Amino acid sequence: MSDEEQREWERRRKTRSIAIALALAALVILFYVATIARLGGNVLNRPL
Amino acid sequence: MAELGIPLNNSPPANLVGASVADFILLMKPRVMSLVVFTALTGLILAPGQLNPVLASIAILCIAVGAGACGALNMWYDADIDARMQRTAGRPIPRGAVSPEEALTFGVILSIGSVTTLGLIVNWVAAGLLALTIAFYLFVYTMWLKRRTPHNIVIGGAAGAFPPMIGWAAATGGISLESIVLFLIIFMWTPPHFWALALYRARDYERAGVPMLPVVAGADETRKQIVIYSALLVMVAFLPAFLHLGGAAYALTAIVAGGVFLARALTVHRVRDGRAAERAARRLFAYSIVYLFVLFAVLLLEAAFARYLSLSGVSLA
Repeated sequence: MSDEEQREWERRRKTRSIAIALALAALVILFYVATIARLGGNVLNRPL
Repeated sequence: MAELGIPLNNSPPANLVGASVADFILLMKPRVMSLVVFTALTGLILAPGQLNPVLASIAILCIAVGAGACGALNMWYDADIDARMQRTAGRPIPRGAVSPEEALTFGVILSIGSVTTLGLIVNWVAAGLLALTIAFYLFVYTMWLKRRTPHNIVIGGAAGAFPPMIGWAAATGGISLESIVLFLIIFMWTPPHFWALALYRARDYERAGVPMLPVVAGADETRKQIVIYSALLVMVAFLPAFLHLGGAAYALTAIVAGGVFLARALTVHRVRDGRAAERAARRLFAYSIVYLFVLFAVLLLEAAFARYLSLSGVSLA
């Protein structure tokens, strides 16, 4: 593999890693938002 | 840990520069996904009751990802066929951009993720239907029927017909006659849609060894079947008007758009030679996509309008 191909491989690996990280972060947000949406107003209904 | 099939030793695969993110998006068949999203959304909006908009959006996202999983798993299993067909030779696996193992891993992760998320966040009936859709598409259509029988897309078409039922189930938690009618429209639409494509791609399918109807039974039989299924489709497409899923605008659209569909199918049946025959098949194929889109768009708009009126306190009675 030439240097140029090696650089391209590394660039694509980095982009894939960023995409996976973003997907995981989106999942965390999705489950958080879904929890709030399912609980509705009850989310605040707890003893302080 | 290997990252989506990339070896542990950090060295690049021998024959690959590595897949780009765009290649993984292509694995999900984005154009098919868009039609799935649209029909699922229609089922969800038409369903009685109201689903929280956040949960509804998540349901649609899960259905879209589930459809993407079907695409990836299909491309994994059919990589040998895809490589032999002009229409599909540029897909990520035959092109060498994504390895079959990467596609399989990607498809399995998306399948499990979409079904589990839909079940946990929305409901398990919808999740069960999504799991059934993925399993049906992979095991029944892709692995069993596609290479064995010319009825492949007639039975296999059920997989593409499930999304509005899943959308409906996401909103109601169940299955009803109305959602079965939405299923039936897509189910009856699939054969004339794919046979029109197969008519002008017959050589491609023959080279790949896929027993599509024109390859096995000939072009004339395919033309006859296209007319039969088109007539059935046009009739089934009226059912939403009888069930009050659609109103006057839908009934009118079903008549006009159905008439055009039948006319194009009859043209395919009549014009059998040369470039004119190929053009007729291409026109039916292109129109079939518009037809399905228009039917569901009108259903969707009518339902959205009725919902808007009811929220505004306006009564049509």
